[in-house]
Amino acid sequence: MTGTASQMTEFLPVILPLVWAAILALTVFLYVLLGGYDLGLGVLFPLAPSDKDRDAMMASVAPFWDGNETWLVLGGGGLLAAFPLAYSIMLPALYIPIILMLIGLILRGVAFEFRFKSERSRWLWDLAFSLGSLLAALMQGVIMGAFIEGFAVTDNKFSGGSFDWLTPFSAVTAVALLSGYVLLSTGWLIMKADEALREWAYGVAYTALIVVAAFIVIFSLWTPFLHPEIAARWFTPANMVMLSPVPLATAASVGALWMALNRRQRYTPFLLAVALFILCYTGLAVSLFPYIVPPDITIWQAAAAPESQLFMLYGAIPLLPVILGYTAYSYYVLWDAPEHDAYH
Amino acid sequence: MPELDPLLLSRIQFAFTISFHILFPSFTIGLAAWLVVLEALWLRTGKAIYREVALHWTKIFAVSFGMGVVSGVVLSYEFGTNWSELSRRGGNVIGPLMSYEVLTAFFLEAGFLGIMLFGWNRVPKWVHFFASCMVALGTVVSAFWILAANSWMQTPAGFRVAEDGVLHVTDWWQVIFNPSFPYRLAHMVAAAYLTTAFIVAGIGAWYILRERSVPHGRIMLGMGLSMLVWLAPLQLVIGDLHGLNAREHQPAKIAAVEAHWETQRRAPLILFALPDPAAEKNDFEIAIPALGSLILTHEWDGEIRGLKSFPPDERPNPIIPFFAFRIMVGIGLIMIAAGLIGSFLWLTGRLYSSRWFLHVLVWVSPLGFVAVLAGWFVAEVGRQPWTVYGILRTADAVSPVPGGSVLASLILFVLVYGIVFGAGLYYIAKLVKRGPDETPPVPQRDEADLSHRPMAAAGNP
Repeated sequence: MTGTASQMTEFLPVILPLVWAAILALTVFLYVLLGGYDLGLGVLFPLAPSDKDRDAMMASVAPFWDGNETWLVLGGGGLLAAFPLAYSIMLPALYIPIILMLIGLILRGVAFEFRFKSERSRWLWDLAFSLGSLLAALMQGVIMGAFIEGFAVTDNKFSGGSFDWLTPFSAVTAVALLSGYVLLSTGWLIMKADEALREWAYGVAYTALIVVAAFIVIFSLWTPFLHPEIAARWFTPANMVMLSPVPLATAASVGALWMALNRRQRYTPFLLAVALFILCYTGLAVSLFPYIVPPDITIWQAAAAPESQLFMLYGAIPLLPVILGYTAYSYYVLWDAPEHDAYH
Repeated sequence: MPELDPLLLSRIQFAFTISFHILFPSFTIGLAAWLVVLEALWLRTGKAIYREVALHWTKIFAVSFGMGVVSGVVLSYEFGTNWSELSRRGGNVIGPLMSYEVLTAFFLEAGFLGIMLFGWNRVPKWVHFFASCMVALGTVVSAFWILAANSWMQTPAGFRVAEDGVLHVTDWWQVIFNPSFPYRLAHMVAAAYLTTAFIVAGIGAWYILRERSVPHGRIMLGMGLSMLVWLAPLQLVIGDLHGLNAREHQPAKIAAVEAHWETQRRAPLILFALPDPAAEKNDFEIAIPALGSLILTHEWDGEIRGLKSFPPDERPNPIIPFFAFRIMVGIGLIMIAAGLIGSFLWLTGRLYSSRWFLHVLVWVSPLGFVAVLAGWFVAEVGRQPWTVYGILRTADAVSPVPGGSVLASLILFVLVYGIVFGAGLYYIAKLVKRGPDETPPVPQRDEADLSHRPMAAAGNP
């Protein structure tokens, strides 16, 4: 008995942070995907051909934006719970971009309710929706860039300056993530919009794809130079062979997406955009693992106490599949909810 | 130029953003439950009027809920942006509680809200009813977890402090069901139901006075009064128990609330005073002898500790708790009176013709929100100077962020919340003014139309 118990006490602190890193990675990824098409739509919003199209664009996400954003809340809450040290270092370091992201999310979030209830001031909520979405998307990209570049830490506290996050690299990741979100949202529109709006979305998708592909190349070449460890991980001969499927599959997805657009396919463009996100995300995970506060703090150093991680796991394991289940059901029944249903 | 204090600014910012936020859950917890009751009445009786009232208030619910969501997301990040030392040292304890709130409540609300708002004609009636129930359940479960976290910060239990200052949980049951939690949960959920019932009754009274949508207004007024008449007195009892609990576990808070400086038996109930923390005394005091001891200890000569029995650096400033508490209790008494008078008029058949009462009710009906805010000011300011009572000082919980950043974010929040709150209030007022649609805009169908499905769409490119 005591043998098993001591094995457990040695085993849990190793395995639990891995499990929670995986759950949080999935959470952040789901947010990037769902929040991504949602924010991207807000960015495209002012460019849409007509006001009728704008109504349709907004109505297509109105039932879902709250659920999409909940993954971001789980990302924040989960980081606090599973890796409190990481949360307490990174959030003060990213104070300004996080506050700006939140302001953006507020402006675009209330626009869903206010826009359909306003008459004279509709332009104001159109503006709030698109600028809020743009601000939130850019700040998320900045946060991603700053995260990859790493943080100044002394005695388990952030010890850098208020503007450490503002670098050429984070500016590039901001625009890169934004273009990725726009690509996702064109995929969403191609699935959901009527023919005229769909044709417009195909047109935007080509441009977005070119921009995204260019940024993937810039990003992939730049990132290894940030930390020698990242370069070592990708460019040692054995790893180059083992990891080569990631860039190759990325290139193949870009090509396949281009062809899917040419063939005017309805569902494959979105799925291939998702595939591109999965591949980039995997590439990033390969670069950074096992650091949760680059460049020095690992998931094991930042982990919450095993009893806390375990307590949450008891809930997360049964609840996450249930959540995914009813979220999928909600998407299924509200897939083509018309613009003016009983509620508005 | 004076130096910008990130601690003070962070406190102001958190107080501002959380005060703004709590208004919406206070309203939507009650509304969600009431909408379930209305929908159940409609399903059971088949009377269209219940559905009309439900649809009308669903729109108001949606606006409030949206504002609650966006202002709530801010809070889940402020624990890190502004209170990173609380997060680092207390993350093992409060982190899981807040994650459970997301997993068991936020997703439930968000997942079923879409169906509740947009699914009237897309899912069978019982599925829609189920969705409404899940949203209502989500609001209460959310209150459960966040109040567990807050109560733990007020009366911490079930943990140990490691050498590096980080808190570790020793017993989750004790963490969640900490000494003040059952009282705070009951008090807050009752407050939310009361706030909603008061508003609903007030708006019902307004429709009756305006002679528009009168049958709908009577349902609102009747259901609102039916809640007030028993829940407002019950809230007084819950609040009293909550006070007894605070006296046991947070005596300094009670001393501040009562503005008692000296420890005494047969302590007076101070009705009005201007507490002067520098001189450690009250000015302009009006008090009733011995009543304070009776209320707080349920004995005439019960002992109440005064603020002077605590070291100066462990005392809350009494000014805000003292006044906020009196505002809260005063509003509670108004609610009790409104419930009793309204019910008496109703039972004697004079409710709809007593225009004076309906007018007063319209004017006092938003007071529940003031009471909720006042109550939270008592709880939170009364906990000072601690963030985790007796364990972690607020001054030690703050993030290493310069005051300039916090000042900038505070100004931004005030501006944006001002616009959003103003607009939200305006649109809610517009919805109230428009009143219920008496002919539902869409035909009712028992079963959803199954042709509008992704798979069906995929078949017709």
